[in-house]
Amino acid sequence: MAKVLVLAEISGDTVKSVTYEILGKLTGHDVDVAAVGEVPAAAVTELAKYGAANVHSIKGLDNYSPEGYTNALKEFIGSNYDFVFGGATSLGKDLLPRLAGAFEAGLASDVTNFVMDGDNFSGTRPMFSGKCLAKVEISGPKPHFVSIRPNALGMPEAPTAGAGATNEVTGNAGNIRAAIKEIIKGASEKLDLTEANIIVSGGRAMKSAENFKILEELADVLGATVGASRAAVDSGYAAPSMQVGQTGKTVAPTLYIACGISGAIQHLAGMRTSKVIVAINTDADAPIFTKADYGIVGDLFQIVPILKDELKKVLG
Amino acid sequence: MNIFVCIKQVPDTETKITPKADGSFIETTSIKWIMNPYDEFAVEQALLTKQANSGSTVTVVRVGGVKDTEALRTALAMGADEAILVEGDDNLDSFMTAKAIKGAIEKSGKTPDVVFTGKQAIDDDCLQVPQLVAQMMDLPHVSVVVECNEEGGKYTLKREIEGGAMEVYEVNAPVVIACNKGLNTPRYASLPGIMKAKRKPLTQHSLADVGVSEDDRRVKYSGFQLPPEKPAGKKFDAMEEANQASIVADVVKLLREEAKVI
Repeated sequence: MAKVLVLAEISGDTVKSVTYEILGKLTGHDVDVAAVGEVPAAAVTELAKYGAANVHSIKGLDNYSPEGYTNALKEFIGSNYDFVFGGATSLGKDLLPRLAGAFEAGLASDVTNFVMDGDNFSGTRPMFSGKCLAKVEISGPKPHFVSIRPNALGMPEAPTAGAGATNEVTGNAGNIRAAIKEIIKGASEKLDLTEANIIVSGGRAMKSAENFKILEELADVLGATVGASRAAVDSGYAAPSMQVGQTGKTVAPTLYIACGISGAIQHLAGMRTSKVIVAINTDADAPIFTKADYGIVGDLFQIVPILKDELKKVLG
Repeated sequence: MNIFVCIKQVPDTETKITPKADGSFIETTSIKWIMNPYDEFAVEQALLTKQANSGSTVTVVRVGGVKDTEALRTALAMGADEAILVEGDDNLDSFMTAKAIKGAIEKSGKTPDVVFTGKQAIDDDCLQVPQLVAQMMDLPHVSVVVECNEEGGKYTLKREIEGGAMEVYEVNAPVVIACNKGLNTPRYASLPGIMKAKRKPLTQHSLADVGVSEDDRRVKYSGFQLPPEKPAGKKFDAMEEANQASIVADVVKLLREEAKVI
Protein backbone atom coordinates (compact mmCIF):
# COMPACT_ATOMS: atom_id res chain seq x y z
CA MET A 1 0.00 0.00 0.00
CA ALA A 2 1.39 3.33 -1.03
CA LYS A 3 1.82 6.24 1.33
CA VAL A 4 0.22 9.20 -0.39
CA LEU A 5 0.11 12.93 0.27
CA VAL A 6 -2.59 15.06 -1.32
CA LEU A 7 -1.82 18.77 -1.52
CA ALA A 8 -4.98 20.77 -0.92
CA GLU A 9 -5.74 24.38 -1.75
CA ILE A 10 -7.97 26.07 0.79
CA SER A 11 -9.38 29.56 0.69
CA GLY A 12 -11.48 30.60 3.66
CA ASP A 13 -13.44 27.49 4.65
CA THR A 14 -13.50 26.09 1.14
CA VAL A 15 -11.29 23.27 -0.04
CA LYS A 16 -10.99 23.02 -3.85
CA SER A 17 -13.21 20.20 -4.99
CA VAL A 18 -10.41 18.53 -6.96
CA THR A 19 -8.93 17.57 -3.55
CA TYR A 20 -12.07 15.54 -2.74
CA GLU A 21 -12.05 14.03 -6.22
CA ILE A 22 -8.47 12.81 -5.63
CA LEU A 23 -9.20 11.54 -2.10
CA GLY A 24 -12.21 9.59 -3.36
CA LYS A 25 -10.11 7.84 -5.97
CA LEU A 26 -7.45 6.90 -3.37
CA THR A 27 -9.80 5.08 -1.02
CA GLY A 28 -8.00 2.11 0.52
CA HIS A 29 -4.59 3.80 0.54
CA ASP A 30 -2.80 5.49 3.38
CA VAL A 31 -3.60 9.10 2.54
CA ASP A 32 -2.63 12.35 4.25
CA VAL A 33 -3.57 15.87 3.23
CA ALA A 34 -1.32 18.91 3.51
CA ALA A 35 -2.13 22.55 2.89
CA VAL A 36 0.04 25.61 3.14
CA GLY A 37 -1.61 27.97 5.59
CA GLU A 38 -4.51 27.62 7.98
CA VAL A 39 -6.79 24.57 7.73
CA PRO A 40 -10.08 25.51 9.40
CA ALA A 41 -11.81 22.89 11.57
CA ALA A 42 -14.70 22.61 9.11
CA ALA A 43 -12.27 21.74 6.33
CA VAL A 44 -10.54 19.10 8.50
CA THR A 45 -13.92 17.46 9.20
CA GLU A 46 -14.76 17.45 5.52
CA LEU A 47 -11.33 16.15 4.45
CA ALA A 48 -11.58 13.35 7.03
CA LYS A 49 -14.97 12.38 5.60
CA TYR A 50 -13.27 11.79 2.26
CA GLY A 51 -10.45 9.70 3.70
CA ALA A 52 -7.71 11.93 5.10
CA ALA A 53 -5.79 10.12 7.87
CA ASN A 54 -3.77 13.20 8.87
CA VAL A 55 -4.30 16.80 7.90
CA HIS A 56 -1.10 18.83 8.04
CA SER A 57 -1.14 22.60 7.95
CA ILE A 58 2.14 24.20 7.00
CA LYS A 59 2.40 27.58 8.64
CA GLY A 60 4.74 30.52 8.39
CA LEU A 61 4.42 31.31 4.70
CA ASP A 62 2.53 34.36 3.55
CA ASN A 63 1.73 34.72 -0.12
CA TYR A 64 2.21 31.99 -2.67
CA SER A 65 5.60 31.87 -4.32
CA PRO A 66 6.91 28.94 -6.34
CA GLU A 67 10.25 28.93 -4.54
CA GLY A 68 8.87 29.41 -1.02
CA TYR A 69 6.26 26.68 -1.42
CA THR A 70 8.79 24.35 -3.07
CA ASN A 71 11.32 24.82 -0.26
CA ALA A 72 8.79 24.35 2.55
CA LEU A 73 7.02 21.38 0.96
CA LYS A 74 10.28 19.68 0.03
CA GLU A 75 11.33 19.76 3.66
CA PHE A 76 7.93 18.55 4.86
CA ILE A 77 7.58 15.73 2.32
CA GLY A 78 11.18 14.53 2.76
CA SER A 79 11.15 10.76 2.37
CA ASN A 80 7.76 10.32 4.05
CA TYR A 81 5.62 9.70 0.97
CA ASP A 82 5.64 7.49 -2.13
CA PHE A 83 3.24 9.70 -4.08
CA VAL A 84 2.24 13.34 -3.98
CA PHE A 85 -1.01 14.35 -5.70
CA GLY A 86 -2.33 17.81 -6.39
CA GLY A 87 -4.84 19.56 -8.61
CA ALA A 88 -3.85 20.84 -12.05
CA THR A 89 -5.07 24.26 -10.93
CA SER A 90 -3.26 27.49 -11.71
CA LEU A 91 -1.25 27.07 -8.50
CA GLY A 92 -0.70 23.33 -9.03
CA LYS A 93 0.47 23.81 -12.60
CA ASP A 94 3.03 26.36 -11.44
CA LEU A 95 4.23 24.65 -8.28
CA LEU A 96 4.20 20.89 -8.90
CA PRO A 97 6.79 20.81 -11.72
CA ARG A 98 9.19 22.84 -9.60
CA LEU A 99 8.57 20.70 -6.53
CA ALA A 100 9.01 17.48 -8.52
CA GLY A 101 12.21 18.95 -9.96
CA ALA A 102 13.49 19.60 -6.44
CA PHE A 103 13.25 15.83 -5.82
CA GLU A 104 14.57 15.08 -9.35
CA ALA A 105 11.34 13.09 -9.54
CA GLY A 106 8.75 12.53 -12.26
CA LEU A 107 5.43 14.33 -12.57
CA ALA A 108 2.49 13.03 -14.57
CA SER A 109 0.58 16.22 -15.27
CA ASP A 110 -3.08 16.94 -15.97
CA VAL A 111 -4.13 13.33 -15.49
CA THR A 112 -7.84 12.66 -16.09
CA ASN A 113 -8.06 9.14 -14.69
CA PHE A 114 -5.78 6.71 -12.89
CA VAL A 115 -5.44 3.36 -11.18
CA MET A 116 -3.36 2.80 -8.05
CA ASP A 117 -2.67 -0.86 -7.60
CA GLY A 118 -0.58 -1.23 -4.45
CA ASP A 119 2.45 0.90 -5.25
CA ASN A 120 1.85 1.01 -8.99
CA PHE A 121 0.42 4.11 -10.59
CA SER A 122 -0.98 4.08 -14.09
CA GLY A 123 -2.74 7.14 -15.42
CA THR A 124 -4.52 8.42 -18.49
CA ARG A 125 -3.91 11.86 -19.84
CA PRO A 126 -5.13 13.76 -22.87
CA MET A 127 -2.34 14.83 -25.21
CA PHE A 128 -2.33 17.14 -28.21
CA SER A 129 -5.04 19.07 -26.35
CA GLY A 130 -7.30 16.08 -26.12
CA LYS A 131 -6.96 15.00 -29.74
CA CYS A 132 -5.62 11.72 -28.36
CA LEU A 133 -5.21 9.93 -25.04
CA ALA A 134 -2.12 8.21 -23.66
CA LYS A 135 -1.22 5.97 -20.77
CA VAL A 136 1.27 7.57 -18.38
CA GLU A 137 3.63 5.87 -15.93
CA ILE A 138 6.27 7.36 -13.65
CA SER A 139 9.76 6.07 -12.90
CA GLY A 140 12.84 7.34 -11.09
CA PRO A 141 13.21 8.58 -7.54
CA LYS A 142 10.28 8.78 -5.11
CA PRO A 143 8.04 10.48 -4.38
CA HIS A 144 6.25 10.34 -7.70
CA PHE A 145 4.13 13.38 -8.47
CA VAL A 146 0.70 13.48 -10.13
CA SER A 147 -1.49 16.45 -10.98
CA ILE A 148 -5.18 15.82 -11.63
CA ARG A 149 -7.38 17.87 -13.95
CA PRO A 150 -10.26 19.39 -11.95
CA ASN A 151 -13.71 17.85 -12.66
CA ALA A 152 -12.20 14.89 -14.50
CA LEU A 153 -12.50 12.19 -11.81
CA GLY A 154 -15.86 13.34 -10.45
CA MET A 155 -16.91 13.54 -6.82
CA PRO A 156 -16.87 10.22 -4.96
CA GLU A 157 -20.33 9.03 -3.99
CA ALA A 158 -19.57 7.01 -0.88
CA PRO A 159 -16.07 7.86 0.35
CA THR A 160 -14.43 5.97 3.20
CA ALA A 161 -13.68 8.22 6.14
CA GLY A 162 -10.20 8.71 7.59
CA ALA A 163 -9.14 9.69 11.10
CA GLY A 164 -8.53 13.35 10.26
CA ALA A 165 -5.86 13.92 12.91
CA THR A 166 -4.48 17.45 12.72
CA ASN A 167 -0.85 18.45 12.72
CA GLU A 168 0.82 21.83 12.49
CA VAL A 169 4.19 22.24 10.83
CA THR A 170 6.35 25.35 10.64
CA GLY A 171 7.40 25.79 7.04
CA ASN A 172 10.69 27.27 5.96
CA ALA A 173 10.30 29.31 2.79
CA GLY A 174 14.03 29.83 2.35
CA ASN A 175 15.29 32.37 -0.15
CA ILE A 176 12.47 33.75 -2.32
CA ARG A 177 13.66 35.66 -5.38
CA ALA A 178 10.39 35.89 -7.33
CA ALA A 179 7.97 37.41 -4.83
CA ILE A 180 4.41 38.62 -5.24
CA LYS A 181 4.15 42.36 -4.84
CA GLU A 182 0.43 42.65 -5.40
CA ILE A 183 -2.63 40.61 -6.32
CA ILE A 184 -5.06 42.24 -8.74
CA LYS A 185 -8.59 40.91 -8.40
CA GLY A 186 -10.23 39.58 -11.53
CA ALA A 187 -13.32 41.07 -13.08
CA SER A 188 -15.15 37.83 -12.40
CA GLU A 189 -15.44 36.20 -9.01
CA LYS A 190 -16.56 33.05 -10.83
CA LEU A 191 -14.60 29.82 -10.94
CA ASP A 192 -11.83 29.70 -13.49
CA LEU A 193 -12.73 28.00 -16.77
CA THR A 194 -10.43 25.09 -15.95
CA GLU A 195 -12.35 24.40 -12.75
CA ALA A 196 -15.85 25.49 -13.76
CA ASN A 197 -18.66 23.00 -13.58
CA ILE A 198 -20.74 24.83 -16.20
CA ILE A 199 -19.39 26.97 -19.04
CA VAL A 200 -21.28 29.23 -21.45
CA SER A 201 -19.03 30.03 -24.42
CA GLY A 202 -19.40 32.45 -27.31
CA GLY A 203 -17.82 32.48 -30.75
CA ARG A 204 -17.37 34.75 -33.70
CA ALA A 205 -21.16 34.99 -34.19
CA MET A 206 -21.37 37.03 -30.97
CA LYS A 207 -20.37 39.95 -33.22
CA SER A 208 -19.22 42.28 -30.41
CA ALA A 209 -17.87 42.43 -26.87
CA GLU A 210 -21.15 44.05 -25.71
CA ASN A 211 -23.14 41.06 -26.93
CA PHE A 212 -21.26 38.82 -24.48
CA LYS A 213 -23.58 40.39 -21.90
CA ILE A 214 -26.36 38.01 -22.90
CA LEU A 215 -24.00 35.09 -22.20
CA GLU A 216 -23.09 36.64 -18.82
CA GLU A 217 -26.79 36.79 -17.99
CA LEU A 218 -27.31 33.16 -18.95
CA ALA A 219 -24.18 32.22 -16.96
CA ASP A 220 -25.50 34.05 -13.89
CA VAL A 221 -28.65 31.90 -13.89
CA LEU A 222 -26.57 28.72 -14.11
CA GLY A 223 -23.70 29.74 -11.84
CA ALA A 224 -21.51 29.27 -14.89
CA THR A 225 -18.25 30.80 -16.13
CA VAL A 226 -18.16 32.50 -19.54
CA GLY A 227 -15.68 31.31 -22.13
CA ALA A 228 -14.93 32.17 -25.74
CA SER A 229 -13.56 30.68 -28.94
CA ARG A 230 -10.29 31.83 -30.44
CA ALA A 231 -12.19 33.67 -33.17
CA ALA A 232 -14.04 35.71 -30.54
CA VAL A 233 -10.80 36.47 -28.64
CA ASP A 234 -8.86 37.41 -31.78
CA SER A 235 -11.72 39.68 -32.87
CA GLY A 236 -11.44 41.47 -29.53
CA TYR A 237 -14.88 40.37 -28.27
CA ALA A 238 -13.42 38.52 -25.26
CA ALA A 239 -10.26 38.53 -23.12
CA PRO A 240 -7.47 36.00 -23.87
CA SER A 241 -8.01 34.48 -20.40
CA MET A 242 -11.47 33.39 -21.61
CA GLN A 243 -10.23 31.36 -24.58
CA VAL A 244 -11.16 27.68 -24.68
CA GLY A 245 -9.21 25.51 -27.09
CA GLN A 246 -5.80 24.22 -28.10
CA THR A 247 -4.12 27.61 -27.68
CA GLY A 248 -6.38 28.56 -24.80
CA LYS A 249 -7.70 26.61 -21.87
CA THR A 250 -8.62 22.95 -21.87
CA VAL A 251 -11.82 22.51 -19.91
CA ALA A 252 -13.78 19.64 -18.40
CA PRO A 253 -17.15 20.96 -17.18
CA THR A 254 -20.26 18.83 -16.73
CA LEU A 255 -22.16 21.19 -19.04
CA TYR A 256 -20.72 23.22 -21.92
CA ILE A 257 -23.03 25.56 -23.84
CA ALA A 258 -21.46 26.69 -27.13
CA CYS A 259 -23.16 29.75 -28.60
CA GLY A 260 -22.35 30.81 -32.13
CA ILE A 261 -19.26 28.61 -32.21
CA SER A 262 -18.74 26.69 -35.43
CA GLY A 263 -16.32 24.21 -33.85
CA ALA A 264 -12.83 24.47 -35.32
CA ILE A 265 -10.67 21.40 -34.59
CA GLN A 266 -8.66 23.41 -32.02
CA HIS A 267 -11.80 24.43 -30.14
CA LEU A 268 -13.26 20.92 -30.16
CA ALA A 269 -9.96 19.63 -28.76
CA GLY A 270 -10.15 22.04 -25.82
CA MET A 271 -13.72 21.25 -24.81
CA ARG A 272 -14.23 17.65 -25.81
CA THR A 273 -13.89 16.29 -22.26
CA SER A 274 -17.05 18.22 -21.32
CA LYS A 275 -19.63 15.74 -20.06
CA VAL A 276 -22.63 17.24 -21.83
CA ILE A 277 -22.44 19.70 -24.71
CA VAL A 278 -25.21 22.01 -25.95
CA ALA A 279 -24.60 23.86 -29.21
CA ILE A 280 -26.58 26.79 -30.57
CA ASN A 281 -25.73 27.80 -34.12
CA THR A 282 -27.57 28.95 -37.24
CA ASP A 283 -25.47 26.69 -39.49
CA ALA A 284 -26.95 23.19 -39.29
CA ASP A 285 -23.74 21.77 -40.79
CA ALA A 286 -21.35 23.39 -38.29
CA PRO A 287 -18.81 20.84 -36.93
CA ILE A 288 -19.82 21.71 -33.35
CA PHE A 289 -23.04 19.72 -33.90
CA THR A 290 -21.03 16.51 -34.36
CA LYS A 291 -19.88 16.82 -30.74
CA ALA A 292 -23.09 18.22 -29.24
CA ASP A 293 -25.39 16.09 -27.13
CA TYR A 294 -28.13 18.62 -27.74
CA GLY A 295 -27.93 20.80 -30.82
CA ILE A 296 -30.22 23.75 -31.41
CA VAL A 297 -30.12 25.05 -34.97
CA GLY A 298 -31.13 28.65 -34.48
CA ASP A 299 -30.05 32.22 -33.90
CA LEU A 300 -28.28 32.54 -30.55
CA PHE A 301 -29.59 36.10 -30.13
CA GLN A 302 -33.12 34.65 -30.12
CA ILE A 303 -32.40 31.35 -28.35
CA VAL A 304 -30.11 32.47 -25.49
CA PRO A 305 -32.65 34.87 -23.88
CA ILE A 306 -35.39 32.20 -24.10
CA LEU A 307 -33.00 29.66 -22.61
CA LYS A 308 -32.16 32.05 -19.78
CA ASP A 309 -35.85 32.61 -18.94
CA GLU A 310 -36.65 28.90 -19.14
CA LEU A 311 -33.73 27.99 -16.85
CA LYS A 312 -34.74 30.72 -14.43
CA LYS A 313 -38.19 29.15 -14.26
CA VAL A 314 -36.86 25.62 -13.74
CA LEU A 315 -34.01 26.47 -11.36
CA GLY A 316 -35.68 29.34 -9.54
CA MET B 1 22.57 40.85 -21.80
CA ASN B 2 22.44 37.11 -22.59
CA ILE B 3 18.87 36.34 -23.53
CA PHE B 4 17.81 32.74 -24.09
CA VAL B 5 14.54 31.49 -25.57
CA CYS B 6 13.39 27.87 -25.45
CA ILE B 7 11.13 26.80 -28.27
CA LYS B 8 9.48 23.60 -29.39
CA GLN B 9 8.34 22.40 -32.76
CA VAL B 10 4.81 20.99 -32.59
CA PRO B 11 2.22 19.71 -35.06
CA ASP B 12 0.15 22.53 -36.55
CA THR B 13 -3.04 23.09 -34.56
CA GLU B 14 -5.07 22.15 -37.67
CA THR B 15 -3.45 18.70 -37.69
CA LYS B 16 -5.56 15.64 -37.21
CA ILE B 17 -3.62 13.42 -34.81
CA THR B 18 -3.32 9.72 -35.62
CA PRO B 19 -1.85 7.26 -33.11
CA LYS B 20 0.75 4.79 -34.41
CA ALA B 21 -0.60 1.27 -34.93
CA ASP B 22 1.38 0.00 -31.91
CA GLY B 23 0.24 2.97 -29.79
CA SER B 24 3.85 3.95 -28.98
CA PHE B 25 3.37 7.57 -30.14
CA ILE B 26 1.57 9.46 -32.87
CA GLU B 27 2.32 9.30 -36.59
CA THR B 28 4.82 12.08 -37.20
CA THR B 29 5.31 11.72 -40.93
CA SER B 30 3.38 14.06 -43.22
CA ILE B 31 2.61 16.43 -40.37
CA LYS B 32 2.99 20.16 -40.81
CA TRP B 33 5.23 21.40 -37.99
CA ILE B 34 5.05 24.88 -36.54
CA MET B 35 6.69 26.78 -33.71
CA ASN B 36 4.67 26.14 -30.55
CA PRO B 37 2.23 29.11 -30.53
CA TYR B 38 3.10 30.16 -26.95
CA ASP B 39 6.81 30.16 -27.86
CA GLU B 40 6.14 32.89 -30.44
CA PHE B 41 5.30 35.21 -27.55
CA ALA B 42 8.56 34.14 -25.86
CA VAL B 43 10.63 34.89 -28.99
CA GLU B 44 8.93 38.27 -29.41
CA GLN B 45 9.55 39.18 -25.75
CA ALA B 46 13.21 38.18 -26.12
CA LEU B 47 13.55 40.45 -29.16
CA LEU B 48 11.82 43.34 -27.37
CA THR B 49 14.17 42.86 -24.41
CA LYS B 50 17.15 42.88 -26.77
CA GLN B 51 15.95 46.10 -28.41
CA ALA B 52 15.71 47.76 -25.01
CA ASN B 53 19.19 46.62 -23.95
CA SER B 54 21.84 47.35 -26.54
CA GLY B 55 24.62 44.84 -26.87
CA SER B 56 22.32 41.92 -26.03
CA THR B 57 22.17 38.63 -27.90
CA VAL B 58 19.20 36.28 -28.27
CA THR B 59 20.00 32.58 -28.37
CA VAL B 60 17.17 30.23 -29.21
CA VAL B 61 17.29 26.63 -27.95
CA ARG B 62 15.25 23.69 -29.14
CA VAL B 63 15.29 20.04 -28.11
CA GLY B 64 13.76 17.66 -30.61
CA GLY B 65 13.91 15.78 -33.89
CA VAL B 66 16.44 16.80 -36.51
CA LYS B 67 14.36 16.15 -39.60
CA ASP B 68 13.75 19.82 -40.00
CA THR B 69 14.81 22.84 -38.05
CA GLU B 70 11.99 25.05 -39.27
CA ALA B 71 11.04 26.50 -35.87
CA LEU B 72 14.64 27.53 -35.15
CA ARG B 73 14.99 29.14 -38.57
CA THR B 74 11.72 31.00 -37.97
CA ALA B 75 13.07 32.39 -34.68
CA LEU B 76 16.33 33.42 -36.40
CA ALA B 77 14.34 35.05 -39.20
CA MET B 78 12.31 36.97 -36.61
CA GLY B 79 15.60 38.38 -35.29
CA ALA B 80 17.25 35.92 -32.88
CA ASP B 81 21.03 35.88 -33.22
CA GLU B 82 21.94 32.24 -32.89
CA ALA B 83 20.34 28.85 -32.43
CA ILE B 84 21.12 25.63 -30.62
CA LEU B 85 19.46 22.34 -31.52
CA VAL B 86 19.73 19.37 -29.20
CA GLU B 87 18.87 16.34 -31.27
CA GLY B 88 16.42 14.06 -29.54
CA ASP B 89 13.28 12.03 -30.10
CA ASP B 90 9.93 13.73 -30.39
CA ASN B 91 8.76 11.66 -27.43
CA LEU B 92 11.12 12.88 -24.67
CA ASP B 93 9.64 13.64 -21.28
CA SER B 94 9.77 17.06 -19.63
CA PHE B 95 12.62 16.12 -17.28
CA MET B 96 14.90 15.07 -20.15
CA THR B 97 13.94 18.15 -22.15
CA ALA B 98 14.62 20.53 -19.26
CA LYS B 99 17.93 18.84 -18.48
CA ALA B 100 18.92 19.08 -22.15
CA ILE B 101 18.07 22.80 -22.19
CA LYS B 102 20.14 23.35 -19.06
CA GLY B 103 23.04 21.42 -20.62
CA ALA B 104 22.80 23.36 -23.88
CA ILE B 105 22.76 26.74 -22.11
CA GLU B 106 25.77 25.74 -20.00
CA LYS B 107 27.63 24.48 -23.07
CA SER B 108 27.07 27.82 -24.83
CA GLY B 109 29.45 29.36 -22.30
CA LYS B 110 27.04 32.25 -21.72
CA THR B 111 25.43 32.90 -18.36
CA PRO B 112 21.76 33.69 -18.97
CA ASP B 113 20.30 36.96 -17.73
CA VAL B 114 16.83 35.83 -18.71
CA VAL B 115 15.29 32.66 -20.19
CA PHE B 116 11.96 33.04 -22.01
CA THR B 117 9.71 30.06 -22.79
CA GLY B 118 6.12 29.53 -23.81
CA LYS B 119 3.80 28.69 -20.90
CA GLN B 120 3.28 25.21 -22.32
CA ALA B 121 3.74 23.19 -25.50
CA ILE B 122 0.50 22.38 -27.25
CA ASP B 123 1.53 18.81 -28.09
CA ASP B 124 2.20 17.09 -24.76
CA ASP B 125 0.52 19.89 -22.74
CA CYS B 126 2.73 19.02 -19.74
CA LEU B 127 3.42 22.55 -18.46
CA GLN B 128 6.60 21.40 -16.76
CA VAL B 129 9.68 22.50 -18.69
CA PRO B 130 9.93 26.20 -17.65
CA GLN B 131 9.64 25.35 -13.95
CA LEU B 132 12.03 22.40 -14.27
CA VAL B 133 14.64 24.49 -16.12
CA ALA B 134 14.38 27.12 -13.37
CA GLN B 135 14.70 24.55 -10.59
CA MET B 136 17.58 22.72 -12.27
CA MET B 137 19.46 25.98 -12.94
CA ASP B 138 18.60 27.37 -9.50
CA LEU B 139 16.75 30.35 -10.95
CA PRO B 140 13.44 31.90 -9.94
CA HIS B 141 10.56 31.55 -12.40
CA VAL B 142 7.24 33.18 -13.14
CA SER B 143 4.77 31.35 -15.41
CA VAL B 144 1.66 32.28 -17.41
CA VAL B 145 3.04 35.80 -17.82
CA VAL B 146 0.81 38.30 -19.64
CA GLU B 147 2.74 41.49 -18.92
CA CYS B 148 6.51 41.94 -18.72
CA ASN B 149 8.39 45.12 -17.90
CA GLU B 150 12.14 45.22 -17.46
CA GLU B 151 14.28 48.05 -16.21
CA GLY B 152 17.93 47.69 -15.27
CA GLY B 153 17.62 43.93 -14.87
CA LYS B 154 14.56 44.18 -12.62
CA TYR B 155 11.41 42.56 -13.97
CA THR B 156 7.83 43.37 -13.06
CA LEU B 157 5.68 40.50 -14.30
CA LYS B 158 1.94 39.92 -14.29
CA ARG B 159 0.95 36.31 -14.00
CA GLU B 160 -2.59 35.24 -14.81
CA ILE B 161 -4.28 33.14 -12.14
CA GLU B 162 -7.92 32.17 -11.74
CA GLY B 163 -10.96 34.09 -12.88
CA GLY B 164 -8.92 36.76 -14.66
CA ALA B 165 -7.05 37.68 -11.45
CA MET B 166 -3.36 38.56 -11.66
CA GLU B 167 -0.37 38.12 -9.39
CA VAL B 168 2.24 40.84 -9.84
CA TYR B 169 5.80 39.62 -9.26
CA GLU B 170 8.97 41.60 -8.85
CA VAL B 171 12.15 39.73 -9.54
CA ASN B 172 15.74 40.53 -10.40
CA ALA B 173 17.52 38.86 -13.28
CA PRO B 174 18.41 36.10 -13.90
CA VAL B 175 14.91 34.64 -14.17
CA VAL B 176 12.89 32.15 -16.22
CA ILE B 177 9.73 33.70 -17.70
CA ALA B 178 7.01 31.48 -19.22
CA CYS B 179 4.91 33.55 -21.63
CA ASN B 180 1.17 33.44 -22.29
CA LYS B 181 -1.02 34.75 -25.08
CA GLY B 182 -1.74 38.46 -24.66
CA LEU B 183 1.83 39.35 -23.66
CA ASN B 184 2.71 40.88 -27.04
CA THR B 185 2.04 40.58 -30.75
CA PRO B 186 4.71 38.36 -32.32
CA ARG B 187 6.29 39.90 -35.43
CA TYR B 188 6.38 38.17 -38.77
CA ALA B 189 9.73 37.23 -40.22
CA SER B 190 10.63 39.71 -42.97
CA LEU B 191 12.10 38.58 -46.28
CA PRO B 192 15.53 40.09 -45.45
CA GLY B 193 15.18 38.41 -42.05
CA ILE B 194 14.62 35.04 -43.71
CA MET B 195 17.66 35.58 -45.96
CA LYS B 196 19.82 36.61 -43.01
CA ALA B 197 18.66 33.64 -40.93
CA LYS B 198 20.36 31.26 -43.35
CA ARG B 199 23.74 32.68 -42.40
CA LYS B 200 23.22 32.77 -38.65
CA PRO B 201 25.01 30.16 -36.53
CA LEU B 202 23.13 26.97 -35.67
CA THR B 203 24.93 24.64 -33.26
CA GLN B 204 23.86 21.00 -32.99
CA HIS B 205 24.38 18.72 -30.01
CA SER B 206 23.35 15.18 -29.25
CA LEU B 207 21.54 14.41 -25.99
CA ALA B 208 24.75 12.76 -24.74
CA ASP B 209 26.68 15.99 -25.49
CA VAL B 210 24.49 17.86 -23.04
CA GLY B 211 24.54 15.12 -20.40
CA VAL B 212 21.15 13.50 -20.96
CA SER B 213 20.57 9.75 -21.19
CA GLU B 214 17.61 7.39 -21.09
CA ASP B 215 18.22 7.11 -17.31
CA ASP B 216 16.84 10.65 -17.05
CA ARG B 217 13.41 9.57 -18.25
CA ARG B 218 10.87 10.08 -15.48
CA VAL B 219 7.59 9.73 -17.32
CA LYS B 220 6.75 7.13 -19.94
CA TYR B 221 3.87 7.52 -22.36
CA SER B 222 2.33 4.59 -24.20
CA GLY B 223 -1.00 3.34 -25.48
CA PHE B 224 -1.71 6.40 -27.61
CA GLN B 225 -5.28 6.20 -28.85
CA LEU B 226 -8.05 8.40 -30.15
CA PRO B 227 -10.59 9.44 -27.54
CA PRO B 228 -13.85 7.51 -27.72
CA GLU B 229 -16.37 9.08 -30.08
CA LYS B 230 -19.60 10.24 -28.56
CA PRO B 231 -22.81 8.78 -29.92
CA ALA B 232 -24.70 11.23 -32.13
CA GLY B 233 -26.67 13.78 -30.17
CA LYS B 234 -30.17 15.13 -30.58
CA LYS B 235 -30.62 18.05 -32.95
CA PHE B 236 -33.53 20.47 -33.05
CA ASP B 237 -34.43 22.93 -35.77
CA ALA B 238 -35.30 26.23 -34.11
CA MET B 239 -34.88 28.59 -37.05
CA GLU B 240 -38.59 29.43 -36.96
CA GLU B 241 -39.47 31.81 -34.16
CA ALA B 242 -42.73 30.00 -33.50
CA ASN B 243 -40.92 26.78 -32.43
CA GLN B 244 -38.21 28.31 -30.31
CA ALA B 245 -39.90 28.44 -26.92
CA SER B 246 -41.07 24.83 -27.04
CA ILE B 247 -37.72 23.53 -28.33
CA VAL B 248 -35.78 25.37 -25.61
CA ALA B 249 -38.20 24.02 -23.00
CA ASP B 250 -37.62 20.49 -24.36
CA VAL B 251 -33.82 20.89 -24.22
CA VAL B 252 -33.96 22.21 -20.66
CA LYS B 253 -36.12 19.24 -19.71
CA LEU B 254 -33.59 16.86 -21.30
CA LEU B 255 -30.70 18.55 -19.48
CA ARG B 256 -32.59 18.07 -16.25
CA GLU B 257 -34.09 14.60 -16.67
CA GLU B 258 -31.95 12.78 -19.23
CA ALA B 259 -28.47 14.30 -18.85
CA LYS B 260 -29.04 15.27 -15.19
CA VAL B 261 -26.57 18.16 -15.35
CA ILE B 262 -28.73 21.00 -14.03
